[in-house]
Amino acid sequence: MEGPTRTPLRLLSILGFLALWTLAAWFAASPEVPGPLAVLDVVLREAASGELFYHLAVTLARVAAAFLIAMFIGTAVGVAMGQRHNLNRVLDPWIILLLNIPALVVIVLCYIWIGLTEVAAIAAVAINKIPNVVVTLREGARALDPKLAEMAQVFRFSRGRLLRHVVLPQLLPFIAAAGRSGLALIWKIVLVVELLGRSNGVGFQIHLYFQLFDVAAILGYALAFVCVMLFIEFLVVQPLEAHLNRWRPRAASSAA
Amino acid sequence: MLRDLAFELVPETFTCLIGPSGCGKTTTLRILLGLDRDFSGRIELPAPGLRLAAVFQEPRLLPWRTVEQNVRLALPAEGTQAAGAPDLDRLFATLGLQDSRRLYPDELSLGLARRVALARAFAVMPDILLLDEPFVSLDEHTADRLRALLLELWRQRATTVLMVTHNIREAVRLADRLLMMNGRPARIVGDVAVPLPRAARCGETLRCFLQDLNREHPETVLA
Repeated sequence: MEGPTRTPLRLLSILGFLALWTLAAWFAASPEVPGPLAVLDVVLREAASGELFYHLAVTLARVAAAFLIAMFIGTAVGVAMGQRHNLNRVLDPWIILLLNIPALVVIVLCYIWIGLTEVAAIAAVAINKIPNVVVTLREGARALDPKLAEMAQVFRFSRGRLLRHVVLPQLLPFIAAAGRSGLALIWKIVLVVELLGRSNGVGFQIHLYFQLFDVAAILGYALAFVCVMLFIEFLVVQPLEAHLNRWRPRAASSAA
Repeated sequence: MLRDLAFELVPETFTCLIGPSGCGKTTTLRILLGLDRDFSGRIELPAPGLRLAAVFQEPRLLPWRTVEQNVRLALPAEGTQAAGAPDLDRLFATLGLQDSRRLYPDELSLGLARRVALARAFAVMPDILLLDEPFVSLDEHTADRLRALLLELWRQRATTVLMVTHNIREAVRLADRLLMMNGRPARIVGDVAVPLPRAARCGETLRCFLQDLNREHPETVLA
């Protein structure tokens, strides 16, 4: 809507942030507040040694696994709860309970009960995310248009056809919303999981550099992973969303 | 809402179900379509597995699928390419939709969207076609063109048609037979054949027929 002025404004905002950061580091003049260049230096050094990419990849794999599991289970449970009143009554208190258990408690319990394993780590993250997906998709299932379901019944749509062409397109905005917020939440929890019980990944590295009080390295790893997530947003999520919304003349352009 | 409601449809004829708003016409259609199961009564079909199709009050198209996909999705999964598959090209041409096949429903006017709903209903080659005020909230000119198209398709396909409407002029111009529905609970209060040939249903002849109808069924026709 703002048209061509938008990109320069965004760029100016980022440059302004870097300038403020440089200024703050210059005033502090302490290794605990490194400037952007010091952080960039660490990132380049870690990248050259290959360490950075190894830990980024490990964390990304955990994020992906937990994300897929949480979305899959959460969608199935959420849709079932949205359509079946009795099931909703039975499961609703569980969902409220899960929503309110601190992430840390779930992580610790998973490590204790399952052991310090990859399965425990990914399960802990997924369990943290599932209730959010359930709540969002339950709303989606409640918003399903009964008129289209009737149309499909009259024209004798098969189950597969009904799911793929009638139900799923209506749920997509809800799946997209759950996915967006999910990705952001999950990678933060993954770092905690790595910090508490894994010996690789960005969370583990941050833990390591925390013990060494190396703030530049901590910021370097955090920013590198933020960059990875931004790449995913711009190269995967947004093009995918535009493709799925192609039938909606407006939403595609306003979502960008 | 309905009680002692009984009627029989003659194969390959065009019947209109008329009655005041809210008397249960749509409910009757929903029962026939199997969408409303909270009733006691019987629906007898001359043969099992007859194909039903419907045109609803709203077009009820899938907004995320193109016009052509909307029509194709209504077809049975197998036999889309097989022999006996409907000639979609001809159907789209008859309805003037050949240039709209790749459009999405949100890009269509209401008149065009209703044509797509008609195309979808005729594409499945229904034995019985049920229409629920398919031309409501269109301007009279557009509605007239769609009525003519409906008659043309009905003649081509030899389908049994039951159309719900509260527009008596529309009913008299289209139908072979009028079923009057009224009362609370509602039932069929009149069963009138329309003896005029369709070409003669205009001007003075139509006016006289409507006047007679008004005299005989004032509470249904004037409502």
